[in-house]
Formats: sequence, structure tokens, C-alpha cells
Amino acid sequence: MEWSTLAPQLLSATGLTLYMVTVTLVLAGFIGLAVGMGLYVTRRGSIMENGAVFTVLNLLVNFVRPIPFIILLAALGKLTESVVGTRLGPNAAIFAMTIGATFAVARIVEQNLMTVDPGVIEAARSMGVSRWKIITTVILPEALGPLVLGYTFLVIGITDMSAMAGAIGAGGLGDFALRLGYQRFNDQVTWAAVIVIIILVQLVQFFGNWLARRIMRR
Amino acid sequence: MSAAPAAGDTLVSFRDVSKVFTTGPKRRPREVTAVDGVTLDVKRGEIFAVIGYSGAGKSTLVRLINGLETTTSGTLEVGGQQVSGRSETQLASVRHNIGMIFQQFNLFTSRTVAGNIEYPLRRAGWKPEERRARVTELLEFVGLTERARNYPEQLSGGQKQRVGIARALASNPELLLADESTSALDPETTQEVLALLRRVNRELGITVVLITHEMDVVRAIADRVAVMDSGRVVEVGTTADVFAHPQAETTRKFVGSVMHTVPNAAEVEKLRREHPGRLVMVDVRDQNRIGEVLSDAARTDVRFNIAFGGISILQSRSFGTLTLSLTGPPDAVERTVDALRAVTKVEEVAE
Repeated sequence: MEWSTLAPQLLSATGLTLYMVTVTLVLAGFIGLAVGMGLYVTRRGSIMENGAVFTVLNLLVNFVRPIPFIILLAALGKLTESVVGTRLGPNAAIFAMTIGATFAVARIVEQNLMTVDPGVIEAARSMGVSRWKIITTVILPEALGPLVLGYTFLVIGITDMSAMAGAIGAGGLGDFALRLGYQRFNDQVTWAAVIVIIILVQLVQFFGNWLARRIMRR
Repeated sequence: MSAAPAAGDTLVSFRDVSKVFTTGPKRRPREVTAVDGVTLDVKRGEIFAVIGYSGAGKSTLVRLINGLETTTSGTLEVGGQQVSGRSETQLASVRHNIGMIFQQFNLFTSRTVAGNIEYPLRRAGWKPEERRARVTELLEFVGLTERARNYPEQLSGGQKQRVGIARALASNPELLLADESTSALDPETTQEVLALLRRVNRELGITVVLITHEMDVVRAIADRVAVMDSGRVVEVGTTADVFAHPQAETTRKFVGSVMHTVPNAAEVEKLRREHPGRLVMVDVRDQNRIGEVLSDAARTDVRFNIAFGGISILQSRSFGTLTLSLTGPPDAVERTVDALRAVTKVEEVAE
């Protein structure tokens, strides 16, 4: 196969991967942030301690997280169809990826928020600041640096998921590598996709590190 | 400006306040009484110290005042407003009137020095120009004007605590709580921060409640002191009185730690070996006549030796203890001891 015909396909596959990863990151990023904050504030000794809510959220996260994504993709088929209208294509993939990524985001958010010094939360409480304001004006700003690094780490996980989404005809770089490379015994094509993924991941990691360094002033 | 409140009326009142923590697993909970039936008044305008060993409950006691910990029983009022039994949301108005500083400073690392001081003003809804003016004023008060744009990690411990003080004072509280505020600082910086706390009290008229395990801190700035042991307040009084006549065993130990004028058991043993005479401990106070009595004693063949002790000045009053060894005819020694009893407190050094 000629590179003159492959190159445009590689380009559109890259575009599709970027689309899926970005939309998933935004959706899972926000939902996961909410779930992760929920876990953090309801745990024992935290500012909105609530055993029942914490247990439910914690079980949910522990239930979904260990499912291998390729299986989650298949298992969610019916639900995906009723929500997105189809089990195939990039939008179906985004739905499954969002569900898979949300719980990973939640755990990472929870862990990063726990690095916030309880002392500064206490200082804010001593000023009579409301619990909601403590979350938005103390906890989140104090944890911002580690959170940026956590999200950067997740972008790579989501990119990984998007490659598997090729299995349900979502397109993208994974699909490109498997269908046009692996199945046709064309290692060069496979490696072309791999290199693009490596470059994308490097760029994201570089940007994430830079941003976190700026926030943490280190 | 309204007239200053009459000094001496009660700002914080504890009435039989207890705090019991429940720890351990839910099935076999363990109860720990951190504060045990405390009744105490802090007067408006004073610097009130709470001293005790770690685990004595002093930190919990102070954290009850602004509701960081909730009371288990008893009533607690600050400025006439009830604190005990209020919810976290209801406590906001009480807390606006109480500033707090901490051992580890607890500054927001994501905000600059100015940002830290401005934070409570933002939450209280001050206008930007009012906030700026207040922050400038506070930076000047704590002497950190040049540091406004620095972040906390760029400051020394003493500077961090000064930011903590400025932040705690931002919304003009009546009361400042200082939780081991100098325990993470070296001796020189401690004096600096204590001097600032004294200015907060004297110049701004803010009542200060500070907890510490260092008797030196109490001696340096406290008007009155409460001594805590196992959740109870075992002694309360003016700093001068507590230093001069420590009643409780814990208090004696604390006073002894800074004013080592009373020999301990091992030292008594050593003194006994070295001094053959009768050993008595006499209290030294302003204008007492111990010297006169001892000079007279020489005429009755009683000889004395100063075996142990020291004299210091606290809040411009002398006090201390001397351990004297008296030798001579027993009845003459007895008369000298009686003469000493007439001018000061005398204690026999136990065999």
C-alpha cells in the first residue's frame, strides 16, 4: 500500500483519536471530579462525613474500575445503544470510555485531594467559611498542582482506551494500526500509528508537567 | 469608634464543659475524656494562657471556643453568644469574631502573603478597595510589607506566623486563639512573635487565649494562666501568683522547669550530704526581710549557708526560693526559723 493513500488515513485517524480523547477527558474529567470530591468530603473525619454516601460511591468505583476496558465496552453495549442510539462508532466509544474513565478520575481526584494539609482546611473553618466555599476556594486551589499531574496521567489511559475502541468500529489510531497494519502484516503502518501516539502522549505529558510546575512554583 | 469595653468583664465562659472523644472501631468504641468538667472565665482584654503537658486537653479546650470541636456537655459562651450545641453552619457568625493561629501556621500555599491575609476578607464580602487598604494596614502592623507578593514557602517560620497573625486579625475579631503558636519556632523568633502578640493585645485591645507547653511563654506575656492536667483545670490565677505559689503538683513542675529554685529529691539528698545543719526553704518576695533575720541570727551563734535557690523578677515583682542550711544550738536555730516564719513562708526540707 502506498503512503500517498495511507497518509490521509493516518491524519484522519489521528483527528478521530484526538476527538474521542478530548470529549472523554472533558466529560469524565468533570463527572469524575464530582465523584472524587464526593468520596473525599464524605469519608470519615472529613468536612461532610457521611458513611452511607461514602460506602455507595466507594463500592461503585471499586466495582467498575477492575473491569478490563475491552470487556466493559462489550458489556455496556445495550446501555450504549439506548443512550447514544448505536453500539458502533466514535460516539458509542466515547460513552463507554467516559464511564470507564470517570471512576479512574474519581480515584485520582480523591487521592490528590487527600494530600491537602488538613491544617489549612481547619484554618478556613476557623474563619467561619462555609463548607462549599472551603471546597472551591481552599481544597481545589491547594490540590491544583497534583490534580493537573493526575489528569495528565489519565489522558494517557484514555488514549489507551481509545485504541481499544477500534474494536467497535470507532476508528482512530488503534483501528488504523490494527486494521491497516497488523492484519496486513505491515509493521511499518503499525509503527506509524505507534509513533503518532507516542508523540501525542509526549506533548500532553510535557504540557501537563509544565502547567503543574507553574502552579506549584517548582 | 465605640468606647472600649470595660476591662475585666467576661468574654469566654466555660460552665462545666466536657469533651469526650469516641475512637476505635464502632463495635468496641473507646471513650477518651479530653476536657473534664471545666469551669473557667476569660476576661475581656487579657492575655490568658493555658498550660499543660501534651495530652492534657489544652488544645481541645481552646478548639471548643470557636467550635472546631463540639462540646459533649456543659455550656460555653463567647461574647454572650452560645457556642456549645451549635451546628457548623450556625457557628459562622461566632467564628467571624474569633481569629486563630496555629503551630504549623496553616497558610494557604496557593496564595501569596497578601492573598492569605485577604482571604477572610473576600469570604466576608469586603469590597476590593477596602480589602486592599486593610491588607496594606495589616502587612504594616506585622512588618511584612515587602513580602506581600511572596508565597509562604519563601518565608521563615517567624514570618509565616506573622502572616498567620495578620490573617487572623483581618476581620477585626475580639478574640485571638493561639494554638502552640510559637512551639515550632526557635527561641529568638519566639520572642519576636510573643512581642507581636503583646502588641495585638495592648494596641488593638484584642483578648488573647494562648496554649503552650512552655512556661517561658507564659512568663513572657500572660496576665493569667490556667494549668491543665488530664482534662481538668487544676489551677487558675494571675501569672505572678501562680509562679509565686504554685499549688498543684503539675504547676510546681512547670514553674520548676523555668525557675529551678526548688531542689528535687536527688538534689535534696546531695544537699543533705553536704550540709550538716537544718535545711529550710524560704520564699523570697518583694521587700521581705530574710536578710535582716539572718544577720540577727549571727548574734545568737546561728550560722547560715545558702545551699540552693534563685531569685527572679516577674511582671516587675521579685520572687524566688532559697534553701538555707542553719547550724548552731538547736534552740537558737529554732528561734531563727520562727523569726523567718514571721517574715515569709518557710518550709522544712523533708528528711
